Amino acid sequence: MAWTDICAYEDLVENSGICALFNGCQVAVFLLQQQGRQELYAIGNYDPVGGANVLSRGIVGSVGEQIVVASPLYKQHFNLSTGQCLEQPEVVLPVYAVKLQHGRVWLHAQQQKQQASAA
Amino acid sequence: MQQTKHILVIGNGMVGHHFVEQLRAKDPQANITVLCGEARLAYDRVHLSGYFSGTSAEQLALTTEEAYQAANIQYRLNCWVEQIDRDQQLVITRQGGQFYYDKLVLATGSYAFVPPIPGNEQPHCLVYRTLQDLDAIAQSAAQSKVGVVIGGGLLGLEAANALKQLGLQTHVVEFAPQLMAVQLDQAGGQMLSQKITELGVQVHTGKATQAIVAGAECRYQLQFADGESLETDLVLFSAGIRPYDQLARSCGLAVGDRGGIVVNDQCQTSDPHIYAIGECALWQQKIFGLVAPGYQMARVVVSQLTAGGLSFTGADMSTKLKLLGVEVGSIGDAHARTPGALSYVFTDPRAQVYKKMVVSKDGKRLLGAVLVGDTSNYDSLLQYALNDMLLPKQPEQLILPAASGAAVAALTLPNSATICSCHNVAKGDIVAAMDSGCCDLASIKSCTKASTGCGGCTALLKSVVDDELKSRGVEVKNHLCEHFAYSRQELLHLVQVGGIKTFAELLSRHGQGLGCDICKPTVGSILASSWNDYVLKKPHVGLQDTNDTFLANMQKDGSYSVVPRIAGGEITAEKLLVIGQVALDFNLYTKITGGQRIDLFGARLEQLPAIWQRLVDAGFETGHAYGKSLRTVKSCVGSTWCRYGVQDSVTQAIAIENRYKGLRAPHKIKMAVSGCTRECAEAQSKDIGIIATENGWNLYVCGNGGMRPRHADLFATDLDTDTLIRYIDRILMFYIKTADRLQRTSVWLEKLDGGLEYLRKVIIDDQLGIAQELENQMAALVNTYACEWQATLDDPQALKRFRQFVNSPQPDPNIVFVEERAQIRPATAEEKRRWQQQIPVTQLSTSELPATALAEEK
Ligand SMILES: Cc1cc2nc3c(=O)[nH]c(=O)nc-3n(C[C@H](O)[C@H](O)[C@H](O)COP(=O)(O)OP(=O)(O)OC[C@H]3O[C@@H](n4cnc5c(N)ncnc54)[C@H](O)[C@@H]3O)c2cc1C
Ligand code: SF4
Repeated sequence: MAWTDICAYEDLVENSGICALFNGCQVAVFLLQQQGRQELYAIGNYDPVGGANVLSRGIVGSVGEQIVVASPLYKQHFNLSTGQCLEQPEVVLPVYAVKLQHGRVWLHAQQQKQQASAA
Repeated sequence: MQQTKHILVIGNGMVGHHFVEQLRAKDPQANITVLCGEARLAYDRVHLSGYFSGTSAEQLALTTEEAYQAANIQYRLNCWVEQIDRDQQLVITRQGGQFYYDKLVLATGSYAFVPPIPGNEQPHCLVYRTLQDLDAIAQSAAQSKVGVVIGGGLLGLEAANALKQLGLQTHVVEFAPQLMAVQLDQAGGQMLSQKITELGVQVHTGKATQAIVAGAECRYQLQFADGESLETDLVLFSAGIRPYDQLARSCGLAVGDRGGIVVNDQCQTSDPHIYAIGECALWQQKIFGLVAPGYQMARVVVSQLTAGGLSFTGADMSTKLKLLGVEVGSIGDAHARTPGALSYVFTDPRAQVYKKMVVSKDGKRLLGAVLVGDTSNYDSLLQYALNDMLLPKQPEQLILPAASGAAVAALTLPNSATICSCHNVAKGDIVAAMDSGCCDLASIKSCTKASTGCGGCTALLKSVVDDELKSRGVEVKNHLCEHFAYSRQELLHLVQVGGIKTFAELLSRHGQGLGCDICKPTVGSILASSWNDYVLKKPHVGLQDTNDTFLANMQKDGSYSVVPRIAGGEITAEKLLVIGQVALDFNLYTKITGGQRIDLFGARLEQLPAIWQRLVDAGFETGHAYGKSLRTVKSCVGSTWCRYGVQDSVTQAIAIENRYKGLRAPHKIKMAVSGCTRECAEAQSKDIGIIATENGWNLYVCGNGGMRPRHADLFATDLDTDTLIRYIDRILMFYIKTADRLQRTSVWLEKLDGGLEYLRKVIIDDQLGIAQELENQMAALVNTYACEWQATLDDPQALKRFRQFVNSPQPDPNIVFVEERAQIRPATAEEKRRWQQQIPVTQLSTSELPATALAEEK
């Protein structure tokens, strides 16, 4: 599968998330821009603990070395690189490849299989 | 070290069992054998009486045979030891069995003493010590109408309660002139008698029973030394306990003159291979008839056997319990026998409460206390006594009713303070358990064992945990989180002194890492309280909790609720119609809140701007229901309408709400104004409460409802409006500047050194010389207020965030509503599943949307 154009770079919110509809799935895309770094992350938007599509609205930050988002519902932390929940390690969210090119944000269905089984 | 020492334990009561459990935990190899005199393994004797109110023998059990087997502990039931052969180091049982030992532990406990009264051996003359005894009592009670307990001590009264529960007409006969002579003074004993009598148990003090003979009306008759008599069908002896020391006596171990196996500080008997623990042991001429000291002895011996160095240093015999429904507490030197001791006494004859406090000559330390009818002060008093804490200047405050703020807040206890004496758990242990991840009562109990013994410390444990949870990262470690090695107060200082305007700047100058969901909103709030910038301004967006980001309250399904401000709870009919129409058009669920306004539920993220556009157009402002900020100022109708009102509470409430709306604080703030002392607005449960008087306004501060209710304290009386507002300005600003993250005013005040008095000095007397500065800062905030929703609607960039998908106008298909009582509610998971099987998801949710909402979307 190829890369899909999701939105403009300006649609992203610095140090926060947005949600994109991608192949029928909700994907939360985060832009970290702090301390001289700029990184993009994409994980599933569905919070399986709270049972709602809300992760793009969580607060991003770090726990030790891990870059995480905290669910706005019950505050579990999810690792943005692996999708794993820090408090409940058996919960793992799908992770997507994301890149910035020509001022646009692109997603790749790297983890489509996992999404299917997690849904 | 010898590897496989054989350790033999005689007796499997509460203490014997604790010993076995502790030893196994410390030494997985030890070869342990337990000989139990009773037919079952250890059970909870302390809660024995529960057997009569439905607790089964299984529930009382402290362990099971399976557990002993799994832990590789040898045991024999119904195995009574008759003899110890110290030369051969073996014991011989009634059945003739022989057991060798390297170390022998006597945990034989004690038996109920039956006074040598003629006739005491008859079938319905019983004792109250074992489960077997209780079966016999129940059987006898079934054939009896009247029951007498001989002995009015602690256990006697508990036994009396049991008889009463079994439906008997119950009497207590006590030889001494008062009840519970060991624990209570005379006045306390009298109050107890009075209360117990009113509960239907007849108390006969100063009565020496001389004989039990056949009765006329009942089975037996008790004959007293003074010539009087009492008829009864059942006699229960509770005249004290005697240690089981026969075994020790007959093998030549040292025993006390009045019984008890003599032990040293290591709990060793006169034979170094033999230990004695629990109620059979006599230490410094004392027998300890409580579990906690017994458990301590058990731990001492375990430590001796595993090369540790613990020794027994005596124990506190304070007790708190409920006897026949009457609360009784006794601490330390209850009889004021310490030379020079002074007593404070408080009696409330109407409520039948008696409290006495014994303090040292200089009035600085608490030596003892007696509490009858109300033991709510027990935990505080005990902590003062045990930790040798300095008493407040007016120690009587500790026992006077509604001694506001005088109780020892759990937070002020030193880490060394013992919380659970049964299992010897100090406050520090609890804090450590919480540091290592236990964060609720249940897990703390199972991890530290606190409060799993007699249960007397349950309330204290809870308050320690509650306080600790509230102040997590504050008391223990003052750091806000891993990213900032500062408290909230320190960060606020850094921000204001350094003129720092963004999180990034603060982080790079004073922090590390990227921040998190704890420090970001905290700093967001600090920045707002300091500079009052629009919270959705670009650098601040990522700091806010979702509720602040979207200026609405997220609900469980990811939808939001909307609360427009209705200052003072006053609203015109036109505005009510607007709210109603908006709710209808967007199909929202409506509910009246406790803060006198209206909550609209079920708004989707992408609907929020359209909903607010309508509300703002009609003159509404945001209600900040989502923020850690002023919520509402509740009011009653006051003098305008109410025939009792003395001031116009509504006008005052509206003015105050408009003054402080939008103010960001460490936590939410609630206020109320009542028009007279009838207090219909419940102002005394609010952070700031105002009650009208003939001459002005009384100001109450730091009240709270919710999980940990607290009555507000009266701060100042008869204020004119200007002074009132000035004081509130100062208090709020001082709170914002000094409180910890997520600390309500109630907890803030409790933790404030010097408490209410100090607050008065700062606010009224301006002792710190900061009053003007506080007022100026508040004025700056008041003057820069802007409705955040208005600002958001004016900002296309901010509005972009209000959509579910960045690349599609679709709503979130997972938000599904069903109808209940003619309004919507979120569908359950099961309901969603059913719906989604019938209809394709996207179709369903769009068809759910009201047409108007879709139209306005575009
Ligand atoms: C009704 C009641 C209420 C109480 N309430 C409280 C309270 O609220 N708070 C508190 O702290 N304490 C309370 N106590 C006291 C507490 O139960 C005792 O302090 C505690 O049980 C002592 O434990 P122990 O192991 O030393 O003795 P026990 O629990 O009496 O155990 C001794 C065991 O050894 C066995 N044994 C004795 N001799 C032999 C032998 N020769 N061979 C084999 N086995 C033998 C006995 O059968 C018994 O099972 C209460 C007691 C009772 C009866
Ligand atoms: S508090 Fe007083 S003025 Fe207000 S409604 Fe009640 S009685 Fe009337």
